[in-house]
Amino acid sequence: MSDKTNSKPEIGAFFARDRAWHPPAFAPGYKTSILRSPQRALLSLDGTISEITGPVFGHSILGELDNDLIHNFAKPGESAIGERIIVHGRVLDERGRPVPGVLLEFWQANAGGRYRHKKETYLAAIDPNFGGCGRAITDEDGHYAFRTVRPGAYPWPNGVNDWRPAHIHFSVFGHGFAQRLITQMYFEGDPMIWKCPIVGTISDKAAIEQLIAPLDWGNTIPMDARAYKFDIVLRGRRSTLFENRLEGN
Amino acid sequence: MVQKIGYLRETPSQTAGPYVHIGLAPNFCEIGGVYDADLGISLINDRTLGERITVKGRIFDGAGAAVKDAVVEIWQADSAGLYNSPSEMRGTADPNFVGWGRCPTSAEDGVFRFETVKPGRVPYKHGRWMAPHITLWIVARGINIGLHTRMYFPDEAEANAEDPLLARIEHRDRVATLIASQDGSIYTFDVHLQGDKETVFLDI
Repeated sequence: MSDKTNSKPEIGAFFARDRAWHPPAFAPGYKTSILRSPQRALLSLDGTISEITGPVFGHSILGELDNDLIHNFAKPGESAIGERIIVHGRVLDERGRPVPGVLLEFWQANAGGRYRHKKETYLAAIDPNFGGCGRAITDEDGHYAFRTVRPGAYPWPNGVNDWRPAHIHFSVFGHGFAQRLITQMYFEGDPMIWKCPIVGTISDKAAIEQLIAPLDWGNTIPMDARAYKFDIVLRGRRSTLFENRLEGN
Repeated sequence: MVQKIGYLRETPSQTAGPYVHIGLAPNFCEIGGVYDADLGISLINDRTLGERITVKGRIFDGAGAAVKDAVVEIWQADSAGLYNSPSEMRGTADPNFVGWGRCPTSAEDGVFRFETVKPGRVPYKHGRWMAPHITLWIVARGINIGLHTRMYFPDEAEANAEDPLLARIEHRDRVATLIASQDGSIYTFDVHLQGDKETVFLDI
């Protein structure tokens, strides 16, 4: 890594998670959480080497079209149907430092809100040229980008008339397994965001706003694709200047 | 006024949802041709050092039903107790063992399964050592933030007795929820999300 702030491996434990900022396990407006939420308190412990460390994936795992959902499932010469967009941003930690070399995976429905999954039965049509998965690894500045079509909203059996806002799921690895995160990105201006019980599992409006990607006019490519910018923040880690070193360090 | 501390806020978690496989295991859900193979399906090869073991189990909800749409990830040290991570400062881990695996629970019976090696012991702080363990991270529809837990080994009673994490469990009858059952080289670790048998989950 050429970035000097990240040139030395970091071995500090991570900042404690603010679990009032994240959604709670039990959020009954999202019905499935009722039987899938632990009722006992979590066991709290400062991170050990088992959480400070984590897997790192090399660029060699990536195929040429892994970050191009418009083409990575399409027949040769064809492309997915929908509003062409670029989604890009940076992965930072809570200290504002870029997190280089981390794997992001994303998945989404097609332009009509239909997922390519055998358990999905929504009557909107499958797009024969759209799979819905992609991945990227952040560069030295923590930056990532992918190309896709804007997903549609879709209905789901929670309340009688619940619809998910347009969203893209993100899975992010950090440098330590304690940073592991799955979240969802929403789109600026979508009125569905404020009706959604899954969004509503988060109680703090500022936390919800952190999941809404603004339209990025500056990076919109004329006559091609609009851009949305979605930055992701992972847990920060302590400096180790005055820490008891792990055995063998 | 004091100085602004200037830290950012962590991006909030959201559920992985029922179609998590599209992103994390596309071949598993019949989206072929995008990736050669799903990531994390294999931890070992012919040259991996250590004792071969199988780790399997199911995840049960508060009604006792198996969760058939979860994804389980594991992270563990190699057989010598070294992590294959840039943050591992004590030595170089077995290059034939990444130490990370990912397995969706089966849509038929809810079972997850990993072929791996038994991890060596790793250090805690203050000269103490942890017992051999495997870290698990579980996501699914209905789980708003990924659940961390650990699997320990029933044939490591002495090491388990001095493990700093197990020692912190106030209600001692709950320690057993983190210890797998064993049949030869097969370890079964069932996770209970809720209720009388609820697994100890970690804020770590």
